[in-house]
Amino acid sequence: MTAVVWQIVQIVLVLATAPLVTGWVRWVKARLNGRRGAPPWQPYRDFYRLLQKEAVVAHSASWIFRAAPYITFASVWLAACIVPTFTTNIFLAPAADLIALVALLAIGRFWTALAGMDVGTAFGGLGASREMMIASLAEPAMLMVTFSLSLVAGTTQPAQIVVFVLGGNVGIEVSLGLALAAMLMVAIAENGRIPIDNPATHLELTMVHEAMVLEYSGRHLAMIEAAQMVRLTLFMALIACLFAPWGMAMPGAGLPGILVGMAAFAAKLFILATALAWFETVIAKMRVFRYSDFLGGALLLGLLATIFLYVSEAV
Amino acid sequence: MLQQFSYDLAHLIGATVLMAGFGMLYQRRLFAVLNTFAFQALALAAAAAWQAHVQNAPHLYATAAIALIFKAIAVPIALHWLVERLGIHRTVETALSIGWTMIVGVALVALAIMLVLPVTAKAAALTRESLSIAMSVVLLGMLMMITRRNAVTQVVGFMALENGLILAAVSAKGMPLVVEISIAFSVLVAMTVFGIFFFRIRERFDSLDLHFLETYRGDRQ
Repeated sequence: MTAVVWQIVQIVLVLATAPLVTGWVRWVKARLNGRRGAPPWQPYRDFYRLLQKEAVVAHSASWIFRAAPYITFASVWLAACIVPTFTTNIFLAPAADLIALVALLAIGRFWTALAGMDVGTAFGGLGASREMMIASLAEPAMLMVTFSLSLVAGTTQPAQIVVFVLGGNVGIEVSLGLALAAMLMVAIAENGRIPIDNPATHLELTMVHEAMVLEYSGRHLAMIEAAQMVRLTLFMALIACLFAPWGMAMPGAGLPGILVGMAAFAAKLFILATALAWFETVIAKMRVFRYSDFLGGALLLGLLATIFLYVSEAV
Repeated sequence: MLQQFSYDLAHLIGATVLMAGFGMLYQRRLFAVLNTFAFQALALAAAAAWQAHVQNAPHLYATAAIALIFKAIAVPIALHWLVERLGIHRTVETALSIGWTMIVGVALVALAIMLVLPVTAKAAALTRESLSIAMSVVLLGMLMMITRRNAVTQVVGFMALENGLILAAVSAKGMPLVVEISIAFSVLVAMTVFGIFFFRIRERFDSLDLHFLETYRGDRQ
């Protein structure tokens, strides 16, 4: 019963914190660039404004264009619900594993790309084709990381992996370090952050995600942006859950344990978001033709993680 | 428990050295390659110092100091100076594309593991892991020397190879210091020779691209 309660709390919590995380990243980046920057809670105001506005839809748009924002948002939100954030005791945890998570994210991306092509503008098609290229490179890398983690923990369920790591069954593993590096690279690519895609750009030649959603306005745009923000928080929660699960409340922990878990989750989000802002400030955007090197590197790191697992396990 | 932790940390540092090896393969700019090499030497120094602490072997601290002073500081600074003097800091070069180099690199790591596993069948799992990491670093250094055209990157590849040898030496117990000092000094001498050699090559061919030397090999015609 408590599992259902905590699940609902998590569903609300993820949605409520996601704009703040994105706003915080933007604010820190602005500060590092020497600008004043909008306050971290600016995304909430943006949502309010967008929801007030009328949604303009192109004449050539079909039902796909109208449905895509909701499907994308729903799939990403659902994905965010199955990653343990502050407690492993959530209702949906046994139902979904990391592979299902990858699939849910793929559904969201597929629909965004479809919507990008639906209206028939040049930018939409360009963005969709680039997004699919990135996806085809990032997804194998993500699955490779998943495999090496599940070989260590013996399960593909995030909650079970947390229990395994917190149980002290695993020391400092070379494989886990490699998997973490690969995971960070995949997360950067999946969220369209700077070396791959610039979330703040409106320069035609460089945009990927922005190009696909260029035609959206009003509540549709709000949905798309919310999905993007939830996805960023989801990846941060996933990295924190798989590689640094300390402080997370176990099943059977009372309210104090939950509060500790929430505080730990907030601290992890704070550290990751600040680190992301710093990283995006110091690095330059990559050429499109170098994506394959970057994401191929992530895939190979994942592969190495699996290889080293077999050495250290001495099979 | 403490034993386990010390082994784990040693392997993590070893893996950092290996990752720096991959980092060098990934870089295309000369300065980036040199910086990554300095980082690798730094990680190597950390590995040696940690082994000195764990094995209670003070002479390994000397190894760490040699790696830190010569390889992490002196050699990169000297190479930086050389590259600036030669005016080749804007060179972007790879003989094989980055993607293929990385794939070959991973294949080499797998090869190193397959070589080490049967040879050390009787050794503990932990020794196997550090030996296979060191072997991989050596092979990646060789790969670097093969895939790059520029003389400076080839020298860096050579020294990365040598980093792998030292990594193997510090992970195995009881390598006498004499050997390490001689290796370190031979590297330094090699550096000087290479430095003179670079200038000679450039005076002769106006470039450090070894591609130009190939016309002077007898076996083409």
